[in-house]
Amino acid sequence: MSSIHELLTQYDVLGAFAVNIELTVFAGLLATVLGIILVIMRISPISSLRAVAGGYVELFKNMPLTIIMVFMVLGVYAQLKLSFSDNFDVNFFWLAVTGLGLYTAAFVCEALRSGINTVPLGQAEAARALGLGFTQTARQIILPQAFRGSVAPLGNTLIALLKNSTVAAAASVATETSSLMSEMIEFHADAIVTIFLIFAIGYVILIIPIGMITTYLSNKLAVRR
Amino acid sequence: MPEEYENKGAGRPLVELTHVEKHYGDLHVLKDINLQVSKGEVVVVVGPSGSGKSTMCRTINRLETIDSGDIRIDGKPLPQEGKALAELRAEVGMVFQSFNLFANKTILENVTLAPIKVRHMDKKKAEDLAMELLARVGVDSQAQKMPAQLSGGQQQRVAIARALAMQPKVMLFDEPTSALDPEMVNEVLDVMTELAHEGMTMICVTHEMGFARRVADRIVFMADGHILEQATPAQFFEHPQTDRARDFLSKILTH
Repeated sequence: MSSIHELLTQYDVLGAFAVNIELTVFAGLLATVLGIILVIMRISPISSLRAVAGGYVELFKNMPLTIIMVFMVLGVYAQLKLSFSDNFDVNFFWLAVTGLGLYTAAFVCEALRSGINTVPLGQAEAARALGLGFTQTARQIILPQAFRGSVAPLGNTLIALLKNSTVAAAASVATETSSLMSEMIEFHADAIVTIFLIFAIGYVILIIPIGMITTYLSNKLAVRR
Repeated sequence: MPEEYENKGAGRPLVELTHVEKHYGDLHVLKDINLQVSKGEVVVVVGPSGSGKSTMCRTINRLETIDSGDIRIDGKPLPQEGKALAELRAEVGMVFQSFNLFANKTILENVTLAPIKVRHMDKKKAEDLAMELLARVGVDSQAQKMPAQLSGGQQQRVAIARALAMQPKVMLFDEPTSALDPEMVNEVLDVMTELAHEGMTMICVTHEMGFARRVADRIVFMADGHILEQATPAQFFEHPQTDRARDFLSKILTH
């Protein structure tokens, strides 16, 4: 029977978690930028922009992530010949980041929009009644309150993204946790429960602080009405 | 232009609504509204709930659009959208039923925001003006607090100071005391009364009949989207002309 110590020295478990954290950080940045652009489009007065952003969100929100990740490799790379690098591992990593980012952007957009919905209509009316323009109203009054109202849903999106980063295995990222777990189980079938617990506990350790921080921030930043 | 000559004439109405119509879907909320308010006049709009009072008040700075008719402020027709509309709104003060103080700003910032951002006033000057106005409405000691820390009556007085900071030509009050606890109604009405005595042009939608009787130059009675009566307080309260107004008054003045 393989001991935990043996498993941890034989396999680079921490390195695998580091890959998932990297995937999360880069995909998270992409998703944040794209999500902000999408939500501005969604609340803009121009109906065609609203329609495009709405279509994007509905499409990516309702498509299984595995399909997006497989498409990134088989469609974007193999078929369309778009690649980030000649190095296979680097290329698959960035394809996975792109897939995760495109998918998560839809949820970032929805989280920000839910924040905007927490701002009462009267706030914008009062600003407009004083003579402030659309952008002044958005910048001074609506967005600062909306951001504070989106902390909790954005935290949930981040947690989902970290867990979803294991789907990068479907985009041939072989060094991340779920790929490593499969490999370990293959060679140490006698220690399936131990291996499973190593990864399960690893994710719990990573995710619990994210939840605690977002709960804390969400309470601290909450707009008192 | 001859039109401008006309506009410069003395005694012209500051606010003028002509044949204003508005629908919400099938609901006809404003029916042929004609109203003229002169400079310095205090007009109190009364009537049953759902009669279109608030809607009419909100059309005057275009928080509600109208289907047809004409609204003029100081002789100028209401602009459609954009910069011109923002400029007009800066001249029309508005006080809401639910106060609508900016929840992410302090009391002082609530009052200085528009003078700084819209009038490009120097920050120090805007703060001096704000403190003066806050002192006038009696909440200067709360200047550094957030809106949620104040009572409803205090918040509404800040909202009045915020509107006054833009030095508006006319003030619109949309049921300013309806969301207040009873013991806070008077502190807000006192500020409004003082404002009226200083000569501010005011259009007030309210259910406070005592205030209407004491302060109004003219009562406008609305029901079902129509203006049914316009009269001095004495005429209206003692000798209402329509059955609808008699019915309304009998329901609110019996106790």
